[in-house]
Amino acid sequence: MADAAIARSDARPAPGEPSAWQQLKVNRNWLGFWFMVPAMAFLVLFLVYPLGKGLWMSFTDARIGREGRFVGLENFEWLSDDSDFIRALIFTLVFTFFASAVKFAIGLYLALLLNNNLPFKAFIRSVVLIPFIVPTVLSAVAFWWIFDTQFSVITWGLVKLGILDRGSPINWLGDPFLAQCVVIFANIWRGIPFIAITLLAGLQTVSPSLYEAATLDGASKWQNFRYVTYPLLTPIIAVVMTFSVLFTFTDFQLIWAMTRGGPVNATHLMATLSYQRGILGGNLGEGAAIAISMVPFLLAAIMFSWFGLQRRKWQQGENND
Amino acid sequence: MTSITRRSLVKSAAAAGAIAGSGLTDWARAWAQASPFRPEQGAQISLLRWRRFVEAEDAQFNKMVAAFTQATGVRVNVSSESFDDVQPKASVAANTGTGPDLIWSLYSVPHLFPQKCLDVSDVADYLGKKYGGWVPLAEAYGKTGGKWISIPVAVNGGYINYRISMLKAAGFNEVPADTKGFLEMAKALKAKGTPVGFPLGRATGDGNAFAHWLLWSHGAAQVDEQEKITINSPETRAALTYAKQLYETFIPGTAAWNDSNNNRAFLSGEISLTANGISIYAAAKISQDAKQREIAADMDHAFWPTGPLGRPAEIQLAFPMFGMTYSRYPNACKAFMAFILEAEQYNPWLEAAEGYLTHMLNAYDSNPVWTRDPKARVFRESAKRSFPAGYKGPINEKAATAIADFIVVDLFANHCTGKEDVEGAIRLAERQLRRIYR
Repeated sequence: MADAAIARSDARPAPGEPSAWQQLKVNRNWLGFWFMVPAMAFLVLFLVYPLGKGLWMSFTDARIGREGRFVGLENFEWLSDDSDFIRALIFTLVFTFFASAVKFAIGLYLALLLNNNLPFKAFIRSVVLIPFIVPTVLSAVAFWWIFDTQFSVITWGLVKLGILDRGSPINWLGDPFLAQCVVIFANIWRGIPFIAITLLAGLQTVSPSLYEAATLDGASKWQNFRYVTYPLLTPIIAVVMTFSVLFTFTDFQLIWAMTRGGPVNATHLMATLSYQRGILGGNLGEGAAIAISMVPFLLAAIMFSWFGLQRRKWQQGENND
Repeated sequence: MTSITRRSLVKSAAAAGAIAGSGLTDWARAWAQASPFRPEQGAQISLLRWRRFVEAEDAQFNKMVAAFTQATGVRVNVSSESFDDVQPKASVAANTGTGPDLIWSLYSVPHLFPQKCLDVSDVADYLGKKYGGWVPLAEAYGKTGGKWISIPVAVNGGYINYRISMLKAAGFNEVPADTKGFLEMAKALKAKGTPVGFPLGRATGDGNAFAHWLLWSHGAAQVDEQEKITINSPETRAALTYAKQLYETFIPGTAAWNDSNNNRAFLSGEISLTANGISIYAAAKISQDAKQREIAADMDHAFWPTGPLGRPAEIQLAFPMFGMTYSRYPNACKAFMAFILEAEQYNPWLEAAEGYLTHMLNAYDSNPVWTRDPKARVFRESAKRSFPAGYKGPINEKAATAIADFIVVDLFANHCTGKEDVEGAIRLAERQLRRIYR
């Protein structure tokens, strides 16, 4: 009896049991997969492939117009001994750290200010966005003029005020250290609105009743911020700062329009150095290696945000660490 | 020859209007009939060129383009990019196999991807035979492995630009012809409060010109004829020491200067002397601003001083034009290059450029632009006085990379700004050159 049953099921599928092809067509689990395919193809094409290709190129001596040979870690070995690369790496970290920290501090302060009831609130809020809206290249060119050694409006003003001698201009973009400060300043100017407006959106979700309750309990302004606003804002701070760090770390336009990495390669970020070596110098393999060297740092920033966001207390603001 | 649409009719009419009166239309038609280079049926090509510094040159160039379209029916789309952006665009086009059919670029760009450039030996031979031969520099830039991969259309001569009155005030009637006297002059100018300034930043044209002159005039070179690296030499040390002394007389900020900073500083009277093409003079001469016209009247040009090497050692900015192998219309590309270098086209263009462009074909020595204004005189020699990029080595992608990476500029910038001592600056340059010339 049992044998017969097995023989039958071998011969053809039992009624109601679809074939493999039909399974693929109608099974709900497969259907989910099919729905995901376009998105996956999209990601593979535009994300995985370029990243994979970049990774591969960093192990070759590819040049523009010519496929490279596999050279293993040669590019990375070369870079580890390259003082310009090491300087670019350090400057990128310093640049990211300083710019992000200052942007956060000022952005948060601005968001708190804008959250108050001000006259012309909507107008002021949109004005704050201007640095973010102006195309980066445009603002960078403006900064380039503001900090030109010969024609700087700041120098001009100081001379007119009698603070500075006419013959001794400030060597803004010509001095490596000053040039580094200037590009950090420009990046801060540009990045503040993004943080301020996003944090402002976060602030508006905080229920006023919480402040009322806290005030009734005798909380001071500072305590209001420290124990009500800040804990409720932490999830959004985590997101905003992740983005801010990523944007700052990968900044390119600003540096390129203002200094091209000069003077004497002092303001190269990894992104600009990668472009300089890969596209201008024609050494695609080395350029790719510099770009790939950025990945661990970017990954660390993403991981930080990922695990930060996974924590329930961050999301709900139950505890304030 | 080509199908006529309403659009092309309108376009040709406009083109005919543009060149009416020049009498070139008939010539251009006859040229198209007789030329050995026949464009493909229905061809249209796109051309990427460097953005002009002299407006009249651009206007005359567009007239040539219109005349070419008129004569051959080939539409030419011209787009332009600033000096620094031509090379990245060309590199990307070469790598991806799409982009402009023709590229008119700087220095040795075609040598970055010689296998992607059209073989234009026939065009070069045709022009060379007809116009008294190419200068040696043209062969150096145009050829690789015995065949021509680009047509060296012109060079942009860069020379000393100086203010006559400021030099006089410092006790000099002219720019000294040797490096030693030149340094004395720079010191005297600084003492008078009218310092000199040369770019040591990312200035593709003027920065490279200054740095290579420093290096070569002292007898140093990055490599020898066999591509052996020779940067670590007593000559380089002498050049660096000299550069540092000269740098001390500069106006502040030159380490950040690009190709336009020195023009601005000169035209605002901040500096007495710099290195540039004739563009400062050409622009100031026709300026609306009376002050600028005064500067034009008060300025002149001089050759780069000769150093211990004992002969001219300059790098002048070559402008090679090349077709891409991916182009669907290689013959139209060739026809265009031949067309613009014919005397009937090239002579008026050279005149319009007012000395900004210098020919590489010997026959054009007699162009009136070189005699009309004595202040343009020095620029006639620029193609003959220039060494090729990568000297003493051959022009190839290694030389092109060294220029693109600003190795020589950085060598001097590193030392002059005090970032590195002589040995440190040489070590850095040598290390990079080793990787390029391996």
